[in-house]
Amino acid sequence: MSFWSRHQIFEKNSIVLIAGILVVIAIGGLVEITPLFYLKSTIEKVDGVRPYTPLELAGRNVYVREGCYLCHSQMVRPLRDEVERYGHYSLAAESMYDHPFQWGSKRTGPDLARVGGKYSDEWHVTHLANPRAIVPQSVMPGYAFLSQTEVDEAGVAAHLSTSRAVGVPYSDDQIANAVADLKAQVDPDNAGVDAFAKRYPKAVARNFDGKGGAPTEMDALVAYLQMLGTLVDFKLYNEKANLR
Amino acid sequence: MTQSHTAKSMTHGEAGLVLAFSISAFLCLFAVAKALDTAFAFHAALASAASLWAVIAIGNRYFARPASLPPQEINGRPNYNMGPIKFSAIMSVIWGIAGFAVGLLIASQLAWPALNLDLPWTSFGRLRPLHTSAVVFAFGGNVLIATSFYVVQKTCRARLAGDLAPWFVVVGYNFFILVAGTGYLLGVTQSKEYAEPEWYADLWLTIVWVTYLLVFLATIIKRKEPHIFVANWFYLAFIVTIAVLHLGNNPALPVSVFGSKSYVAWGGVQDAMFQWWYGHNAVGFFLTAGFLAIMYYFIPKRAERPVYSYRLSIIHFWAIIFLYIWAGPHHLHYTALPDWAQTLGMTFSIMLWMPSWGGMINGLMTLSGAWDKLRTDPVLRMLVVSVAFYGMATFEGPLMSIKVVNSLSHYTDWTIGHVHSGALGWVGFVSFGALYCLFPWLWDRKGLYSLKLVNWHFWVATIGIVLYISAMWVSGILQGLMWRAYTSLGFLEYSFIETVEAMHPFYVIRAAGGALFLIGSLIMAYNLWMTVRVGEAEVQSPLALQPAE
Repeated sequence: MSFWSRHQIFEKNSIVLIAGILVVIAIGGLVEITPLFYLKSTIEKVDGVRPYTPLELAGRNVYVREGCYLCHSQMVRPLRDEVERYGHYSLAAESMYDHPFQWGSKRTGPDLARVGGKYSDEWHVTHLANPRAIVPQSVMPGYAFLSQTEVDEAGVAAHLSTSRAVGVPYSDDQIANAVADLKAQVDPDNAGVDAFAKRYPKAVARNFDGKGGAPTEMDALVAYLQMLGTLVDFKLYNEKANLR
Repeated sequence: MTQSHTAKSMTHGEAGLVLAFSISAFLCLFAVAKALDTAFAFHAALASAASLWAVIAIGNRYFARPASLPPQEINGRPNYNMGPIKFSAIMSVIWGIAGFAVGLLIASQLAWPALNLDLPWTSFGRLRPLHTSAVVFAFGGNVLIATSFYVVQKTCRARLAGDLAPWFVVVGYNFFILVAGTGYLLGVTQSKEYAEPEWYADLWLTIVWVTYLLVFLATIIKRKEPHIFVANWFYLAFIVTIAVLHLGNNPALPVSVFGSKSYVAWGGVQDAMFQWWYGHNAVGFFLTAGFLAIMYYFIPKRAERPVYSYRLSIIHFWAIIFLYIWAGPHHLHYTALPDWAQTLGMTFSIMLWMPSWGGMINGLMTLSGAWDKLRTDPVLRMLVVSVAFYGMATFEGPLMSIKVVNSLSHYTDWTIGHVHSGALGWVGFVSFGALYCLFPWLWDRKGLYSLKLVNWHFWVATIGIVLYISAMWVSGILQGLMWRAYTSLGFLEYSFIETVEAMHPFYVIRAAGGALFLIGSLIMAYNLWMTVRVGEAEVQSPLALQPAE
């Protein structure tokens, strides 16, 4: 029997055809995806990466909601010009608590993986409200409306515990104090700032949007942008240590 | 389903669906009351209203229909079920125009940012997923469902399986689109490109898609032909693989069952790999395998020639579905994805060139002995040019997946141009060609209202595509080179904003190209409308809804 007539088993039997399709399409995905869950070299060992504070997480959710990832990547490639323009190339470990990841696929605007600390809070607030007030050639939309919406306090703890359920290592302490930490981060005079800073090393408590009162989405987004890429101290990072 | 009953009674399907939709109408109303955010409340209300409508529609249909269901055959010939196909075909035209119009709007926003209006629901970040979903899933998806239901019936010589199930698929799918689209405007997104809808829309799509697979498969199983026609292999691969991709990429845990927000199960590098395994194969199986099925039926049909090589289609089929699934990592070159995965992705992407061109050759060479028809039949010309664009895009893709090329092209408009040479040239044109064939067949018309208008559509859209993709080639390569340009003193030559400024003229040209493509689709909509309204009726055979073979 020739090869071509053997193929008739697929052409004459729909269940065999469907089984054949499933086997053939399964191989590539299995080979490329499953090792990422068990190969230790996939995610580097590195100090400093921690889960987002409640305010940063709220800001990240604003970032996702407004589709920022459609124009801004968060992935510095190990190419000379990118490292000079944006900073140290991105590590897998830096986004290991990101559900979903925000690496992006297009740079209509610049990469934001290491934007934290590069500009002042005031710069961000003004720029987000009206990008062309600061950068006349910018094509970014304005997001002044973020200052008008407060972060939903009631749901904050649920966001943390849901994140924990999908694998982000939030502690019981962090979940129990989610609302207090949310408030403390926008108010440097708050009595809870010390406890907050202990729960989230390197997190900064500031009045990000420059206005008093309850934390707004502007506070949250700026807090998120200001921590991006700041968790790993690259002076201490030894890239050879991760060769396995 | 028995047809011998003299007394009229509801089928299990009718009764079951009425029950299910009654419960869902009630549950969704409950969800409106408990909703944590307005978007979720809106969608729950929408679902409640739609469920109520479904109950009424199924009831009305039951009271209006005769005691027995439509027969499988009339006078020994299959009694094809064309109603759901008509619905899907019309929806594809409507969604197509909407999707192209939103595309034009966001293209214009990049050229003139004031058009964002600085309102939440009109900003680029929310409209862009609306554009991609409207053209890929709403326009393309309806074309695929309509043509697959048509082709599977014709090539199996069997009536579409199920009574209400095909209607459930077409209406349910369009309801998914409605929920997804309004969700984007309200800021409901899980931010995974081409898989943005949140958990509840994903669950609904899963139900609809499994029904789609069952209807398609059951129709194949009851076929009167010994062989399953090649187009149906591709449709089957498309339906099955999209189900696998959807389930693999979208597992998520909602923060509350009464809220829209969820957190995706995968994180960081694994999520990135899952996403682009999904994302590239949405291209490979939705936008390629599905539309190749259209090529394998509509080109031979329109050219009145058999498929060029049966053996080539066998190789084409297995090679393309095996190789495509590996190509995802080429979206993640030089990222924190491990190198071994990037290398695999690149290798398989390059190999993918071969089956892609094998398929193109099979499509083009089907015209052997009928090339003269390109002069007289603009519909066939559209179909053939779509295959040529397919060949171009599937050459460019492997090229861009080479790591050194990708280091320049990635993150730039080159990618956008590449996608659109495939989307506008291949998917768009093959869909238009199929719709131009399908409308006269479905509505028993002798032919289209005007071939001259098809010709206009063809040329206006072609010029639009050329403007679009050449503008994006230039802007993409230009921006990529500017990012990496150094002065003689060893400093980066351009600030980022200078590279943004340099894009402006190309964004204007791109918007102009998009406008032409939109105008072309409006010409098509008018032509199809007039075909249905005033087209000359096909001489009625004793069988209604029986297109000329």
